[in-house]
Amino acid sequence: MGSGWAIAVHGGAGVDPNLPKERQEEAKQLLTRCLNLGISALRSSVSAIDVVELVVRELESDPLFNSGRGSALTAKGTVEMEASIMDGPERRCGAVSGITTVKNPISLARLGVEMVDNDYFITEDNVGMLKLAKEANSILFDYRIPIGGLESCSSVVENPLLQMNGLPISVYAPETVGCVVVDSQGRCAAATSTGGLMNKMTGRIGDSPLIGAGTYACDLCGVSCTGEGEAIIRGTLARDVAALMEYKGLGLQEAVDYVIGKRLDGGKAGLIAVSNRGEVACGFNSVGMFRGCATEDGFMEVGIWE
Amino acid sequence: MTSTGWAIALHGGAGDIPRSMPPERRQLLEAALRHSLQIGVNALKANQSTLDVVELVVRTLEDNPNFNAGKGSDLASNGSAEMEACIMDGNTMKCGAVSGLTTVKNPISLSRLVMDKTPHIYLGFNGAEAFAREQGVETVDQSYFVTQENIDKLKQAQASTQEVKAEALLSSGNGTTGTVGCVAVDSYGNLAAATSTGGCTNKMVGRISASPLVGAGTYANNLCAVSATGNGEAIMRATVAREVGAVMEYKGLSVKEAAEYVIGERVPNLTTGLIAVSATGQVTMTFNTTGMFRACATQDGYTQVGIWPNELSD
Repeated sequence: MGSGWAIAVHGGAGVDPNLPKERQEEAKQLLTRCLNLGISALRSSVSAIDVVELVVRELESDPLFNSGRGSALTAKGTVEMEASIMDGPERRCGAVSGITTVKNPISLARLGVEMVDNDYFITEDNVGMLKLAKEANSILFDYRIPIGGLESCSSVVENPLLQMNGLPISVYAPETVGCVVVDSQGRCAAATSTGGLMNKMTGRIGDSPLIGAGTYACDLCGVSCTGEGEAIIRGTLARDVAALMEYKGLGLQEAVDYVIGKRLDGGKAGLIAVSNRGEVACGFNSVGMFRGCATEDGFMEVGIWE
Repeated sequence: MTSTGWAIALHGGAGDIPRSMPPERRQLLEAALRHSLQIGVNALKANQSTLDVVELVVRTLEDNPNFNAGKGSDLASNGSAEMEACIMDGNTMKCGAVSGLTTVKNPISLSRLVMDKTPHIYLGFNGAEAFAREQGVETVDQSYFVTQENIDKLKQAQASTQEVKAEALLSSGNGTTGTVGCVAVDSYGNLAAATSTGGCTNKMVGRISASPLVGAGTYANNLCAVSATGNGEAIMRATVAREVGAVMEYKGLSVKEAAEYVIGERVPNLTTGLIAVSATGQVTMTFNTTGMFRACATQDGYTQVGIWPNELSD
């Protein structure tokens, strides 16, 4: 087993097997770029919590994946984003939901960690937070204004061979991006951000901002999940990876395999995880998951399929 | 307490509940707990599903202005009640949760509808309020939820420079509480949990507590049903409700041992309380705060209503 830093990123689970090759290449390039961003930061001794935030910001800012810019649309054609971040050592966390105008939801969630003692899980109705975000010049788009593409919302499922969260896989936007990191001091952190389920009801909150479901970090590991949000919530997926390591002494990959195999109960999802020993692992039972991982000893891998 | 048959427990919040509480107030609150317990017991005896039982009991606590849920909710910094709730079915692991409600009379019932009528688990704020109207649930003017007591508490909190932390601090001994909840198991081992709250006095608008978060404030599976109350931060970080189930499953602890472990080792002292029942009809009410408004009953006739530790009364 190694020590030293490790990092993993994901761009969502549940990928259309007919995704054009160019799109697959674009995705892999973005994942590689984000990994490299994280790796440079880790080599400069940036702490795990800062690394996960900066990597997820990059993923949010790029319109390719379903988070920040490029988020999936609600049933009304608007965008509602959510995110959460957790710092392993003291399990401090922050989460946000219902975000419509903040450019980088993960950074707003992070402000919650920094600014106040408590874990603030807030919505954009929070005037105080929003003011700060505006002052920090971090508002760019008004996602409340519906954009084009309304015709492809509320599309009827026509006997699809493959479905993800009730949608045909060709229409489904893999939910969520995430990053997990263990730094060279053995500190773990996790961050997850999403535009949520394509065509969701206004106000639907998924697993991404829920600590223990979509995101979790403690002194043993950092976990970020993606996929059918409701299944992830019911399975308290991220927390269970850590609980298995702690209470049953499972190793990281074993714990990941166990939750993917046994905790999803018919649901489809994936996750990435790192341990405080510098290990990295991922697992998914969906068709594909956009992911990348790297460890200090030079290992690096980016992939989509099994 | 034996380990067969039905069992039910409910709480009206854990926190620093001073023993100097005036006797009339104490009697009022104990009577309310007893009343809600009886409603739950009657429903179990009438073979209602445990989901129906926990919803029913929490509705009575929401309707009572003396508890921090529904009517009588602690007020956010803008002077309004912003409520949330969560319900979970141990058999199917289906769950429903709502946050940011301002006009729905019974938040727990809306969370039940999210579970039963949508493909989702959790709806918040405008979306949740819109859903309430679509479903035709009872909505009231925002002023319905506001009590003079809570207006005074808010003024006090705003006068001092610190925000009143979630359910762990209170003002001048009026026995204020945070969150209500109910857990139940029937004689077939079907488990359910429900939690409802107004949050904490002077909270930031939009702040969400642990109560509506599956795995933190509320959880049920085929081993146990749990509802937690107290400092929301502590409960979220320790994923308290899930943790009880996890140590039962992964370490083979009984529900009582699991509750004691979680309260004793996983959360800071003076922050948290929980109620839990197991599939075999065991019930536990455990807290590391000064007190927790609570009541429980089991099929063999055992009942307990209490506020502080080591209290037994029928």
